[in-house]
Amino acid sequence: MSDSTVIEVQNLVKNYPMGGGFFTALKHVNLSLLHGEFAGLVGPSGSGKTTLLNIVGTLDSPSEGEAVVLDQRVSDLSQKEAARLRRRKIGFIFQTYNLFPVYTAFENVEFPLLLLKLSQSEREKKVWQALEWVGLVDKAKSRPAQLSGGEAQRVAIARAMVKQPEIVLADEPTANLDAENSYNILKTMAALNESLKTTFLFATHDEKVIKFLRRKIYLFDGKVARDDVTTPVANEGESK
Amino acid sequence: MILFKLAYRNLVGAGLRTWLNVIVLSFSFVVIIWTQGLYDGMYDQALHAKTDWEIGGGEFWHKNYDPYDPLSLEKSYGSLAKSLQELVQAGKATPILITQATMYPDGRMVPVLLKGIDPNQNILQIPGAALKDSAVCCNLPALIGERMAKSSHLQKGDFVTLRWQDVYGAFDAADAKIVQLMRTPVPTIDNRQIWVPLDSLRKMLQAPGQATIVVLAPGVEAPSNLSDWEFKSPDYLLSDVREIVQTKSVSSAIFYFFLVVLALLAIFDTQVLSIFRRRKEIGTLMALGMTRSEVIRLFTIEGAFHGILALIAAAIYGTPILIYFQKNGLPLPSYMDSYGIALGQKLIPTYGVGLVLGTVLIILIAVTVVSFLPTRRISRLKPTDALRGKWS
Repeated sequence: MSDSTVIEVQNLVKNYPMGGGFFTALKHVNLSLLHGEFAGLVGPSGSGKTTLLNIVGTLDSPSEGEAVVLDQRVSDLSQKEAARLRRRKIGFIFQTYNLFPVYTAFENVEFPLLLLKLSQSEREKKVWQALEWVGLVDKAKSRPAQLSGGEAQRVAIARAMVKQPEIVLADEPTANLDAENSYNILKTMAALNESLKTTFLFATHDEKVIKFLRRKIYLFDGKVARDDVTTPVANEGESK
Repeated sequence: MILFKLAYRNLVGAGLRTWLNVIVLSFSFVVIIWTQGLYDGMYDQALHAKTDWEIGGGEFWHKNYDPYDPLSLEKSYGSLAKSLQELVQAGKATPILITQATMYPDGRMVPVLLKGIDPNQNILQIPGAALKDSAVCCNLPALIGERMAKSSHLQKGDFVTLRWQDVYGAFDAADAKIVQLMRTPVPTIDNRQIWVPLDSLRKMLQAPGQATIVVLAPGVEAPSNLSDWEFKSPDYLLSDVREIVQTKSVSSAIFYFFLVVLALLAIFDTQVLSIFRRRKEIGTLMALGMTRSEVIRLFTIEGAFHGILALIAAAIYGTPILIYFQKNGLPLPSYMDSYGIALGQKLIPTYGVGLVLGTVLIILIAVTVVSFLPTRRISRLKPTDALRGKWS
């Protein structure tokens, strides 16, 4: 694993118990992601994208093989160590935003900083900065129910980015959004990737997202079918 | 501290559901403290009334005296021991002579206790002065309580025929004049009892210098080793009152046990529902870096906060209610005399520090335990399943 490698997956297998036997979601996957990449796991439903994302995000552990994230072997991490790694270095963006409904946008973004036990002044400074990144300073006091889908997902991006993690894992982040909102969200994430050099790994089958990716890792039936590094179409033409 | 902050945010953000639980629980706080305060007040009131009106600082009983056996009363008086005589002469004790008699109001025959008391005594609140002032007016002035007056249809100024047996077993009779009706909270010195001057009763019974009981003034040390006299301490004499209050208190405890159980059930239910409904949120909390134990603590604190908010709510609306009753008391209907203890016209609750702190502590601990129990399920929940809204 080189200095700039943030994710290294070798011979990864993930089995789930099913009936009397097992269902294999990932079959000997090998993958390496460098610092600052803007990559995506692309494939149809059931291809193993979310499973791989969960293992890389230390939410799940491999059945066989090895996954090393930020120099930490996922299978060696205790539940507490995994939580600590996620708390400090990994940000998550979900398809359904997963904002806390009783918190305001500001409080949602503030949440990861509370876990890091930052002072109030530090938290406030970082939250306003994150809301500025996603253009939602004026919605700071709104609750998720008062936000549109696009705005809610931007709050979720701010929440994932506010602690400036090493890696952001985004699972189908645009699946619930229209084209315009998807474009804005992706542009925001691409800009953050550019400016903060945060590594982004998506799980998606959405063409709108795929256009933005600099690296596309195609998964099919639990295996890596293709791994393309290309110039994103969206960057070339800046089209929606 | 962070968990407390998050728990508070979650709880307040949950809105109506939180407030409904808080109101039910706060109601439990107020009712328990109020009810138990009434029983504590009842005991205090009965204790003071009994002390002031009946038992003073304890009683010496003649060795044959048995308050539960009226047939033995004729044999249960005797001369005072020397040390008791000295206390009586010093105004530190007062003798009471008791015998069984029969009263004939309006031709009816009513068994009564005839009690002789020194009209000059000031150890008990029995208004003996009326007997002293009336001594010149008639042969036998008598004092009765309002309960006795009501049950026997006697009024102040009425004459009633009394018949008794003297120390030699001879029956005698006289007309007594009711010179005063006394209002006392203590039914045991009122019902079926007639108070007459001690000297008059001694003459009637031909028992000069004798008494059935001697009541000590509060704080007076009881002389020991008196052969014919047994000392009964205030603690012993109040044991009946204490037992009655304890019995009533237990029955009320059952009531408020159910009240608290209802409130706790509501919180338990809310917690179970909350954990079930918030599976995705639990998954998100874990994804953002909370450990399972932190999530469990967060949910437990959230539940426990119900108790703290209920305490605040109870303090806001309950304090004025509790203070109102402490100032004005709870008016008691006349049938409350059947309780068998001295309650008087109204009941003043007593809210001791122990009662308030004890109630608060018990409820807060119960709420925390009830809040924790459903959260144990989280420890078996996988973050990936929680994020999908599934149970592991």
